Amino acid sequence: MIAEKQHIDQILIPILEQVSDPEIPVLSIMDMGVVRSAVIENNYVKVQITPTYSGCPAMDVIGDDIKAALKEAGYSSEIELILAPAWTTDWITPRGRKALEDYGIAAPLDAEADKEALLGNKKLVKCTNCGSTNTRLVSQFGSTACKAQFQCNDCQEPFDYFKCLK
Amino acid sequence: MKNENLYNYILGIADNSLILGQRLGELTGHGPSLETDIACTNISLDLFGQVRSYYQYAAKIAGDNRTEDDIAMLRKEREYVNVLLVEQPNTDFAYTMTRQFLFDVYHLLYLQELQKSTDLTLSAIAAKSMKEVSYHQRFSSDWMKRLGDGTKESNQKMQNAIDDLWRYTDELFHQTEADIAMVKEGIGVDVTALKEKYHQIVTSILEESTLTIPESKYFQKGGKLGIHTEHMGYILTELQYMQRTYPNMEW
Repeated sequence: MIAEKQHIDQILIPILEQVSDPEIPVLSIMDMGVVRSAVIENNYVKVQITPTYSGCPAMDVIGDDIKAALKEAGYSSEIELILAPAWTTDWITPRGRKALEDYGIAAPLDAEADKEALLGNKKLVKCTNCGSTNTRLVSQFGSTACKAQFQCNDCQEPFDYFKCLK
Repeated sequence: MKNENLYNYILGIADNSLILGQRLGELTGHGPSLETDIACTNISLDLFGQVRSYYQYAAKIAGDNRTEDDIAMLRKEREYVNVLLVEQPNTDFAYTMTRQFLFDVYHLLYLQELQKSTDLTLSAIAAKSMKEVSYHQRFSSDWMKRLGDGTKESNQKMQNAIDDLWRYTDELFHQTEADIAMVKEGIGVDVTALKEKYHQIVTSILEESTLTIPESKYFQKGGKLGIHTEHMGYILTELQYMQRTYPNMEW
């Protein structure tokens, strides 16, 4: 349940990059930061993944997809779900943030700005359609546990915002 | 069982989230608006996710063949040790949010302490859950203020809910045998020490919401010892239906 250290064997990176989050298909699990370690020992790969949220229903699918991708590359594998250290949105890579934005999901702000935005105190979340920050919070909870619902006051586009998790 | 106190201690934490998660899950497709419906079921999902981590750990401690599902689905009413507060019915949105708020404040304070547990699995689950529960508390506090300090009618409905539910809050701070044993070992949280802070936070948010804590000093208790209100049987009937009707079914 607890990760000792993060290490991902170089040769496995391209394989793991092919696996995407089933709920956000544009985002690879590597860019999402959910793979905490992946080590080959005698053609057998031990992978540790960590959930974004405790109840994330995508984790089982992600585990199965990783196994399938590794099998195709000739490796047997086992997946372990770990909880510590707990996932944070800081682990989403810059490439991942861009993929989110392109997909229509606003990338997480830093913790302080996130709080202001979710309390409706300040307009900080940028519309993924027109780029305006004249947006409003519709609901703190969105289509999945990790997102909140926003709407743009200028172009009226409704969109998801990926909540900051620290 | 070798580690019976630890096992019971874990159930003491997890059962609250299981039953509250089940209550919130009842709102799937029945929330007062699409957004609140999604919010309540999102919170339910977080709680169920946390419960799985606890029950998996408890199953490991038990050391026999039992699984997380056995623990969740196959106990009898008297074997569930959740507090009475979480099993109270949804009634209306005022009750649903007030129950949530009264539990969230406690839950967050509890997890902040559990994070410091010498048991590394429990501290890992707590650290993970805390991030989620702080969102829950923000959500329910927001609704307390919005409805409490809303219209005359919304204020009255919120006050009714507090007047009814407040009597279940004192039990949150009662210690069970397992609690006492685990606090001694540095694993468990001393709930008695959370009471003052809890009252401070609740009072301050209720004041902002123009609501008041009832004066009555009469409190209900029993859930932690397995003595539940009349609602519990109905909850379990629904929760356990599939496993009881089709034993060992999986999907």
